[in-house]
Amino acid sequence: MFKSVALIRESIVGMVGLALIVFWVFVAVFADVIAPFPPNATIMPMALPGMEGPDGEVFWLGTDHIGRDILSRIIHGSRRVLIFAPLATFCAYAVGIPMGLAAGYRRGTTDDVLSFIANIILSFPVLVLYVIIIATLGASAINILVAVTFASAPGIFRIVRGLALDLRNREYVFAAETRGESPWRIMMIEILPNARGPLIVDACLRLGYVIITIGVLGFLGLGLPPPDPDWGGMINETRSMATSFPHMTIFPVIAISSLILGFNLLADGLREVSLRD
Amino acid sequence: MLVFIVRRLGTMVLTMVVVSILLFLLLEINSAGVAIKVLGPYTSEEQRNLWLEANGYFRPIYIRYFSWLGNFIVGDFGDSIRFKVPVGEILWPRLASTGILGLAAMAVVIPLSLTLGVLAGMREGSNLDRVISVGSIVTTSIPEFASAVFLSTFFVFYLDILPGTSSMSDGFSFVQLILPAMVLIIYDFGYVTRMTRASMAEVMTTHYIRTAVLKGLPYKTVIMKHALRNALIAPFTVIMLQINWLLSGVIVVEFAFAYKGFGALLLEASLNQDLFMIEACAMVAVFVAVITQMIADIGYTYLNPRIRFA
Repeated sequence: MFKSVALIRESIVGMVGLALIVFWVFVAVFADVIAPFPPNATIMPMALPGMEGPDGEVFWLGTDHIGRDILSRIIHGSRRVLIFAPLATFCAYAVGIPMGLAAGYRRGTTDDVLSFIANIILSFPVLVLYVIIIATLGASAINILVAVTFASAPGIFRIVRGLALDLRNREYVFAAETRGESPWRIMMIEILPNARGPLIVDACLRLGYVIITIGVLGFLGLGLPPPDPDWGGMINETRSMATSFPHMTIFPVIAISSLILGFNLLADGLREVSLRD
Repeated sequence: MLVFIVRRLGTMVLTMVVVSILLFLLLEINSAGVAIKVLGPYTSEEQRNLWLEANGYFRPIYIRYFSWLGNFIVGDFGDSIRFKVPVGEILWPRLASTGILGLAAMAVVIPLSLTLGVLAGMREGSNLDRVISVGSIVTTSIPEFASAVFLSTFFVFYLDILPGTSSMSDGFSFVQLILPAMVLIIYDFGYVTRMTRASMAEVMTTHYIRTAVLKGLPYKTVIMKHALRNALIAPFTVIMLQINWLLSGVIVVEFAFAYKGFGALLLEASLNQDLFMIEACAMVAVFVAVITQMIADIGYTYLNPRIRFA
């Protein structure tokens, strides 16, 4: 699989995806340098894209209803997405992987109980689950992490469980069992590294979904609290004006779509090259 | 087959019971909190206790759960805190509106994605396949709220040919249904297309297709008679499971276009802490999801003779 990560250069689709991701990571890292204005400064309300401000500065993407530069907010908003989405995905994996390994390797009652729990959570339509959790617990960064972990871990559990069920019958696992290794050592050192291929592809796709989720929550008004820029929240705040000032909503939408597209294309490219060898 | 259906039904009932326990615990375990939500924050301790007493909240928790569940099963969900009428009076009409929206979307998604998927999977790696595959990734990458914004910018702001909101306040209007349905279609068709394509591509590599081609059957016959039957089993499951996704999708779409449906109702209920409405909506959503999953499973088994006769 690491070979295929290097092979990604051979997949045009994958490279386009990678380029999009690298672009946004670059923007997020150098946000302070690139952004022409501070993200929360109110300068001139309702400026259209390309309009000049009071001191001759240009609002390339216009400003929003309270006069904040949209370009600067998008640039700074990329930080939030690129910190929260990987963090939430990581938490979901940290919960899903051990459970999946345990269910797939030990089987029996462990598997039955964990699979049943996973199936229950998966029977909820995802967004219904998010809305109920966030509305009950309140919208905050930590609750969003909890909600994403809770809703995504069962999916990861299923994939890991399936992989572990297959890998537990390999000779290197028998060898480790004969050596007398502890079950957790076998799961983490023998099985997990050999399951990495499909998991890397899944992680890319899942990052895309988590970005959508964070965006949707922001859009529904259940996201991270203002005033710091959040792409979903930017759309929510200005969507009532979208029919007269579409620039306020359309640019954040393009930003979030391009990032999700990046992860999906990269996942597709990785899958393509990993099937090849 | 019968044993399978009965077992599947059993799992479904068990799932619903566990979900109901979870919901009950999450929303009703704190009875003082329930009283505050129902009576409002500006009530005295005494008033709340009277209300709790009158509604049996001082009974043991398991008795409360069973009476709650019993009321639920007969369709008595309690009164909506916000609308002050029985939950059912609001819920069923809203669910019907969402049904119309979902049907409209599915009526386009199913034929469109099956056709595109079959065309792409028929000749894997062809230019047509590339275009369809990349196109379907792109459309599934655009979240529903994003395409809602794109479409309303284009059709409402620039062209000004469609209404920007779909509240249907003057009765049913087909024009107002177009944009919400379109958003659902754009998001959903890509996934079904990709699954159909994968299934079709797999079938095309099998020996029986090669045999059919080699014995000189016309290509059209090979596709129509041999490939399609086998390739369309997997998409059937995917389409049924798509209904689960649709229930998530309608929340965003109905919020975006102010469509008075089930998704918007659930969201409003959650935002307003309309307790009994949240419970009813969540149970209905899970019920629909579980039942479509069951139909998907049973249908898959029925359609696939290798499993049916095994």
